[in-house]
Parts: sequence; C-alpha cells; structure tokens
Amino acid sequence: MEIEQFRYDNKIVQKFLYATMLWGVVGMLVGLLLAFMFLFPNITDGISWLSFGRLRPLHTNAVIFAFVGNAIFAGVYYSLQRLLKTRMFSDALSSINFWGWQLIIVAAALTLPLGYTTSKEYAELEWPIDLAIAVVWVVFGWNMIGTILKRRQRHLYVAVWFYLATFVTVAVLHIFNSLELPVGAFKSYSVYAGVQDALVQWWYGHNAVAFFLTTPFLGLMYYFVPKAANRPVYSYRLSIVHFWSLIFIYIWAGPHHLLYSALPDWAQNLGVVFSVMLIAPSWGGMINGLLTLRGVWDKVRSDATLKFMVVAITGYGMATFEGPMLSLKNVNAIAHFSDWIIAHVHVGALAWNGFLTFGMIYWLVPKMFKTTLYSKGLANFHFWIGTLGIVLYALPMYVAGFTQALMWKEFNPDGSLVYGNFLETVSQIIPMYWMRAIGGSLYILGMLIMVYNVVVTIRKGSSVEDELAEAAPLTRVSKRRLAGETFHNWLERKPVQLTVLATIAILIGGIIQIVPTILVKSNIPTITSVKPYTPLELEGRDLYIREGCVGCHSQMIRPFRSEVERYGEYAKAGEFVYDHPFLWGSKRTGPDLLRVGGKYSDNWHLNHMYDPQSTSAGSIMPAYQWLVRNEHDRGAVQDKMKAMVKLGVPYSEEDIAGAKESMAEQALQIEKNLYSDPEFVRTYEADKKYAKENGEDFIEMRDREVVALIAYLQRLGTDIKIKEPEELLSQNR
Amino acid sequence: MLKYVKNHMDSIEGIANYPMVSLLIFFIFFVLLFWWVATASKEHIKEMGELPLDIDKNNKP
Repeated sequence: MEIEQFRYDNKIVQKFLYATMLWGVVGMLVGLLLAFMFLFPNITDGISWLSFGRLRPLHTNAVIFAFVGNAIFAGVYYSLQRLLKTRMFSDALSSINFWGWQLIIVAAALTLPLGYTTSKEYAELEWPIDLAIAVVWVVFGWNMIGTILKRRQRHLYVAVWFYLATFVTVAVLHIFNSLELPVGAFKSYSVYAGVQDALVQWWYGHNAVAFFLTTPFLGLMYYFVPKAANRPVYSYRLSIVHFWSLIFIYIWAGPHHLLYSALPDWAQNLGVVFSVMLIAPSWGGMINGLLTLRGVWDKVRSDATLKFMVVAITGYGMATFEGPMLSLKNVNAIAHFSDWIIAHVHVGALAWNGFLTFGMIYWLVPKMFKTTLYSKGLANFHFWIGTLGIVLYALPMYVAGFTQALMWKEFNPDGSLVYGNFLETVSQIIPMYWMRAIGGSLYILGMLIMVYNVVVTIRKGSSVEDELAEAAPLTRVSKRRLAGETFHNWLERKPVQLTVLATIAILIGGIIQIVPTILVKSNIPTITSVKPYTPLELEGRDLYIREGCVGCHSQMIRPFRSEVERYGEYAKAGEFVYDHPFLWGSKRTGPDLLRVGGKYSDNWHLNHMYDPQSTSAGSIMPAYQWLVRNEHDRGAVQDKMKAMVKLGVPYSEEDIAGAKESMAEQALQIEKNLYSDPEFVRTYEADKKYAKENGEDFIEMRDREVVALIAYLQRLGTDIKIKEPEELLSQNR
Repeated sequence: MLKYVKNHMDSIEGIANYPMVSLLIFFIFFVLLFWWVATASKEHIKEMGELPLDIDKNNKP
C-alpha cells in the first residue's frame, strides 16, 4: 500500500500554548487581586474599572475562556492531527481560530472593567462579542470536522468524540443563552425574564462547566495520560460508556443551581435526580484515568507530568463527588450562596483544569522543541507548591462556608436570629480569606516558575514547526455496515452520524427541561400587584448590572425560617416577570437585597455608596464614589422601554412618551428626601457654593447616577406587601 | 401563599405523559448503550485503545 508523507502543524499548537500561559497568569493575578479585596476592600479606591464587581467577571471569564480555552485548543490541535494522521484541514482556519479567540479575550478584558456586561454568569460579554464568539467557535468546528473528513485513520478514538460533543454542545448552549435584544452598541436585554432566564442561564452555566471545563479535558485526558504513561487507557469499553452516559446525563442537571429558589419544584427535582446519577459516569472516567497508570506508579514518583495528571484526575474525582452531594436539597440549603461553592469550583479549576494543563505543557514543550525539560527540580517544586496552594485555598473556604451557613441559620431560644447583623458573619471569616489569599499566591508562584522553566526550555531547544509524518491513505469501504461489523464499530468510522447521535443525546435533556417552562405562560403565576419598573428604576437597575452588584448580593430569599426572618417574605416566581435579565445571584458576600426596598432611608443608601464603612463598620464592601459624583446619562431610556415592550413588559405609549418627565419627578423627590439630612445639606450646599464661586459646572444631585440606583434599591421587593414576621409565622403554623 | 408556588404545570395538556416519556427515553438509551458496548469485539477494543500510542500501523476497516 502506498504510504503518504505529510506534516503536522506544530506552530499553531505552540501559539495556543503561549496564549494559555499568558492568560493563565493574567486571569489568576486578577483573581489574586480580588482575593486581597476581601481583606483590603478599598485597595483600588475610586477607580471604577478596578472595582470588585467589574473585575469578578473578568477573573472568571479569563480563567475559563482564556486560560482553559486556549489549553483546550492547544491540546485538541496537537492530538487531533496525530489521532487522525493528518495535518489540520486548513492553516487559515487555524489562524482565524487563534487570532479571533485572542481578540475576543482582549475585547472582554476591555469591556468588562468598563462595565459592559449582561450580568449572566460566565456569559457576561455583550452581544457584539457574543456574535464574534459564535463565529470563531464555528471556525474551530469547521476546521475540526474538515480534519476528520480528510483523516488517514479510519476509526475515531474516544478523545475525538469528546471534542465533537464539546463543539456541538457549546454552540447550542452559547446561542440559546445569549439570545438578547440589543438597545445600543454594548447594551442588550436578555429575551428571557425572571424564572425562565434563571433556568436558561443555569442550564447554560452548568453545562459550560460540563462541556467547556470537563468534556474537552476528558478528551485531553484520554489522549495525554496514555501518552505520558506509554500504555493504553485502562478500559476502552469503559470510556465508551463514560462518553455517552456523561454527555446524556450532564445536560439535565442545571436546575441544581436553583434549589429552593422560585423555580418550579418539578424542575428542581429533575435537576437533583440527574445530578446524583452523574456520579456514575464521572467516577467511571476518573477510575479509567487513574488505572491507566497501573504498572507505572514508579514513574509517577519521578515524572512531573504524571504527578500533575494524577492530582488533576483526583481533583476531578473530588469535585464530581462533591457536585452531586451539593445538589441534594438538604446539603444545598447549607452550601448555596456560601464560600463552600467557591471552594468547590476552585478544586475543579485549580486541580482538574490547571494541573491537567500544566501536565500537558510539561509533556508537550520538550517534544515540540526536540529537547528535554530545562529543570525537573523546578517542575517538581511547581507541583508541590501548586498542590499546597490548592489545599490552602480550598480548606479555609470550606471552613468559611460552614461558618457562614451555621451563623446565618443560628436562632436564639426566643426565635430571634443570634447574628442578626450580617456583618458579624463576615468579620468571623476574615482569617479564612487571609489563608485563601496565601494559598492563591502559592499557586500563582508555581505557575510563574513553570513559565520560567518553559521559556528556558524553549530557548535551548529548536522548534519543529512542521513535523514530518507518514501514513497510508484510507481505502474506500462501504458506507453501510460490513460483514461482521457491529453497529458500534461502524459508528466509530462515521463522524457525521456520531455527531448527530451525540447532538440528539444532549438535546433530549435540554428539551425536556426547558420547553415546558418557555412555552407555557401560565407556568409563572402572575401577581397583580407586580408592576414594571419606573423609567428611573429601570435606569438604576442598569447601573446595578453595570457595577456587578450581583457578584456579591443575591435577590433570592429562599423559603427558610432563617432567611424569612433575616430578609423578609420569600421570593415568588411571579415577582420576577419583568426582570430582563434576572438578578438572583449565586453568592452572598453581602446580604440579600430582594426586600431591601424601604428598609433604609435614601440618605443611608447615599452614605453607604459613598463610604460603606461609615454606615456599616467593618463592612468589606468597596466604596462607589463615582456613582455619587457622576452625571447620569438617561438619554436612552425610551429606547430601553421600547425594547422591554418588545420583550413583553407592558409599558404603554404614554409611559414611554412621558418617561423623561417621570424620571425628573422621581429624581427630584429623592433629592428632596436627601435634604432631610442636615449633614447632607451642609456638604452638598458647600460643594454647590464652591463650584459657583470657581465657575465650575455643578451637577445637581437629581441628575447623578446614585439617585437612579437609590430609586431601584428602594423599589426592590416592595410589590408584594411586606408582612410582619409574627403574622407570617402564625400563618405558616 | 402556597397558591403562588403550586399547580404550575396543571395547565399543560397531557402533562402526565412527560415523566413516562422521559423515563422510557432514559431506559432505552442505557439499554442500547450497554448492548452496544457488550457486543464490541475484543480485538477491536484493543486496537482502539492503542490508537494514541501509534502501535497499530494497519488501517483495517
């Protein structure tokens, strides 16, 4: 048989590896800065684009899509060519994939700190960037499928199935969750509202973990662990079961992020059942990965690559055991909104994604530069300091999570809360936040050592950009099953059919879960007293979104005695029907805000925004002084209201026509309220006088941003009549 | 208060079929999967498992 010669494209793999390391360092440094903001809340005082609320999405997006994303591309571009015995389908598409992805990352790094955000977790980027992501992702898929079609290896290895499923599912998730109505170049509203938006968001959010952080990395595990150990995977049969059951079950589990929320019970229970089942395929995969090392455990002692991979797979096992446990309602009642979740995601990100990436880098770099690693000692040091970093990060966060939950729920014998002031529960865990920051620092130090080690290795090696290889071309065989060929064997050589089946497998869960909620209006009982936001409140809500308040404050009171006692009446599905997007949040670094309306005076809010520590001693909320100073551009309010009408919010023609007057009136009322505080009058009038004397422009309080934000905050949760706790308790009995 | 959270799905026609259809899809999926895995030939499984290692140079269908 004729043997063909061809060249593997190593250049593209190298580029993605460099990007992985660069963005990994950047994303984790932003994370470290955030960790220190828990200890020194005003460390970036007065700089709006370095405030916590805006940097948090930058950190999560940078680690997930920039660090892990580039690692996925590097690993896929390396392994796909070798598993299919061919060069990538098109160098141009590879290049577009690379530069397009980096451009998206840069766009994210610019827009998120500037406050352009949809506020939906891990999908914060605004609509023009969403479109770019879709295009680049399709380019990636096109390149991959093109490569598969021109392959010289008849059957597709299980890693390739994981890559295909990743491509298809991420495309589906991204498109459906990003459906939004633009109202400007960098502003849009989710087409879904309230409960529906929450369900779609967490269907997406959960499966972003599944199909961006898990399935592509499982593909990498199935390729790189056998390569590094130089033996085949423990059980190929198990890997088949692993693949199909994982992609089939994962997609159903999203609602476990919304337990005890206003989501319908049936959807919550469905999420729980499938989350518990997920443990089977996850652990099957973990065992398959670990047992691949049977007989070579002695190598693990000396080989840094294998060490990283062992801890990575162990981390996967721990996180996928913890996940199903967290989705049990009784465990979730404790863990949700607390730092336990932060520990959980970092075991996944630091151990599973981080360490598998590091293992892959230590294995790939010497191979691609025809040399040996510069320093095994440094690699081993990286391993140990990184492992210590993970432990020091995760353990304090578990303790912090338990402490929070216990303190939030602690009652006195007379039925009042022991820690009625939320701040007590914050100051209690500050030592844990210190340890977490130290653990994170160690992990980053390890990563910097790796970068140094890799740079020196590359400099002493010689790059092979186009690696020569040879293989026989495929002979044509029947499209149908051959004699003696089982359905399974046949499918492994039919990429299109395999992709179609994988797509069906992932769509079933999504359809059964989401379609009923989307299609049936009466699913969300309307509450007649719930009215759309006034124009000023709508603008205030957009400020709340811009500043990323949702990163630390939930708007979802669960039906627990401890939460009703602390925050007020629990949340109802019907309250959120005009919330495009929903702002339930997922973390309570600060207290819940669903019923904050009317709880404090307008002056309290103004002072709190200007200097949180002045109203709440010991608070770790950063100051938002620019909100108090800046003039508020409310010019687009009518366009925003028109967009809301298109999405089903019942603003009348008169409402829209009179929006400006309505805003002026409401803002003036708030300004009048502020005048009730003599301290405010004194400083405000002094500022006014000073500006007049010096001929400077003076912005009236009513025109400033903070007034709109106060309007929104004072509206929150007031549509439902607030009842006295005694009245509620007697009703519940 | 419970009127707000109860009876969400009552208005959908034939809602009772939903859980049954879901269960059937689920059950059939796994029956097929295990049948599929169990019937795969030993040599083929071995060959597939060794794909990343470049041991097998033949390209049999």
